[in-house]
Amino acid sequence: MNQNKNITTTDDVLVKVEGLSKKFCKDLKTGLWYGLKDLVSRNPGAKDSGNLRPKEFWAVKDVSFELRRGECLGLIGHNGAGKSTLLKILNGLINPDGGKVTIRGRVGALIELGAGFNPILTGRENVYNNGAILGFSRKEIDAKLEEIIAFAELEEFIDMPVQHYSSGMKVRLGFAVAAQMEPDVLLIDEVLAVGDLGFVLKCFKAIDTILPRTAIVFVSHNMPMVSRICNQVVLLDHGKVEYQGKNVGEGIDLYYKRFAQNESKVLFDDGTIEIKNIQLISSIKTNDGLPILNWNDEFKLKFKILTYENIDMPKFLITLFDKEQRSVAVLKSNEINSPIEFKKDRIEFILSHKNLQLTKGIYSINVLVSNMETGVPLLRVHDILSFQLVDKEDYWPPFLLDATYSEI
Amino acid sequence: MSLEVKVYQKENRLRFATLLRESLSDIFKSRFLSTQLAVRDIKAQYRQSYFGILWAFAPPLMTALVWILLNKSGAVTLTNTGMPYPVYAFTGTLIWSIIVESINNPINSTNGARSILTKINFPKEALIISGLFKLLFNSGIKLILLLFFVLAYGVGLQWSLLWFPFAILGAVLVGTTIGLFITPFGLLYKDVGKFISFGLRFLMYATPVVYVVPKEGLLKSIMLGNPLTPIILIARNTVTGSAPEFLGYFLIIIACCIPLLFVGLVFYRVSIPVIVERFSA
Repeated sequence: MNQNKNITTTDDVLVKVEGLSKKFCKDLKTGLWYGLKDLVSRNPGAKDSGNLRPKEFWAVKDVSFELRRGECLGLIGHNGAGKSTLLKILNGLINPDGGKVTIRGRVGALIELGAGFNPILTGRENVYNNGAILGFSRKEIDAKLEEIIAFAELEEFIDMPVQHYSSGMKVRLGFAVAAQMEPDVLLIDEVLAVGDLGFVLKCFKAIDTILPRTAIVFVSHNMPMVSRICNQVVLLDHGKVEYQGKNVGEGIDLYYKRFAQNESKVLFDDGTIEIKNIQLISSIKTNDGLPILNWNDEFKLKFKILTYENIDMPKFLITLFDKEQRSVAVLKSNEINSPIEFKKDRIEFILSHKNLQLTKGIYSINVLVSNMETGVPLLRVHDILSFQLVDKEDYWPPFLLDATYSEI
Repeated sequence: MSLEVKVYQKENRLRFATLLRESLSDIFKSRFLSTQLAVRDIKAQYRQSYFGILWAFAPPLMTALVWILLNKSGAVTLTNTGMPYPVYAFTGTLIWSIIVESINNPINSTNGARSILTKINFPKEALIISGLFKLLFNSGIKLILLLFFVLAYGVGLQWSLLWFPFAILGAVLVGTTIGLFITPFGLLYKDVGKFISFGLRFLMYATPVVYVVPKEGLLKSIMLGNPLTPIILIARNTVTGSAPEFLGYFLIIIACCIPLLFVGLVFYRVSIPVIVERFSA
């Protein structure tokens, strides 16, 4: 590794993808038939390369990007957007139907951990099986065996048949072997989702150490992870590139927006009360109907509520969720002496918070209305309203708190 | 250190020679992988049993036994084979099983690795080679049985027996060549594998595996034309030390198979991405 550093400059392009396209067939029998045709013709489907045959669709269409050493590209998109297909082409498992991929250097893939394991053999024997498939020589595995076992934390169980391992143990052993690869280009699919927290952190530590000398393509649905390690993203939708660029936050917001049209869900309603209208009145502009706030803006919600029965003033609890459905903040409830009142069967009020110091992203609002004294719920609505918080800087934690620095 | 450059694009108009060279170099470079896979499968096959490796002796012994019994009881009368029938039947079934296994090896090995093929890029040729290792391991066991038969029935050890491994290699070569051409189609359509196993069952009776070539009739012409006949006969000649009548035909078959094997390897190499695409589609 060390000698590599001197020779390779940091800006050499390791992965170059130009106008990459791939078509798939929706129907099994037809697909097999096309496969047979492709086998027989020496130059599969050359005449109609740009066209789809009946029952085919573009799984990946016109994707282009470049990736240098030390860079990490996040490949995001909903299920079936073409991410895994693209990864398979990069890995050389299937040939593209159009375009070109040029890859320089040794390619490593974290797509399946523990490939080649035989359940009846011991962990130790399977390290050799898996290592062989990943392209190690016997000598290399001999040399790294202790390190692998230690990394997997399986010293005690390494001579036990793998069939008695828990799934987490298998994954750990698989990753420990794979972590020994010293690739120039690393392809990662959703493998790190399994395993306990400690192990996931360990994996990321391993990835962090190899990142500077590697170009990584990272496929994930876990946006916090993407924003943590990627410096550019490609957002795919039905095989086409919807967003591509260095602004990871923007790509992620676009990804989230695909799911933002979610209608509000009434989780509980006892029929006594209805929220007629809720408005983010401090927002000055919208992005396709999504209200926008700047960092440190005032957060001002206007409620219009209708009651169907004669009730006492209920308690309102407003919670903010981020797009990962993590609750990030809760706003203080009203109290008995809060200056809001019934006007016949209506309550209208404004809830405000002076300086909203959330970080950039899309947030949704949940409302819980309950009896002030007993706490019995009357109404619970999720995603009643979403808003986007925009800011120049992109941070991973949910809050960017204002701070001043002064001399002592 | 210059980095290896890989290009993936639609029109991989690579020349045959390049593909063949890559295929052969992959076979060489992946020798650790192929042995490792073979060792894995052999170990795993026998670890969960008391008799272990003894089971490997069972199938060839059974086939030979059936024919010995049929012959002894007179239920089936066979023309004189010119050597003790058990030895005759055993050499025949031994070589035949090697041919059948070699034909089925590429397709079975590749099918067995389906789940890895769609996820990891490794030299696929190693699958075939590891299958061959397993096959040769099984053949070695059968060879021990054969020696036992030869001694027990008073045929005696002939110097020509030293050529027997070459006859086995011939069988492996022919079988693998046929297998390589079938594999891509067999991976797409299950019909192919079924058709092959039925076809081979019939073909066995059109090959002098358990009885000699008849003196006349349609079966005689079929048997003499059958390219697998010389392989069985030559193997048997090396056991008994008799004059190899079919040596010429045998050598022609081998000479034809070597270039065909190379074509088969290239075809296999080119086909795998097309097949993997249909696996995962």
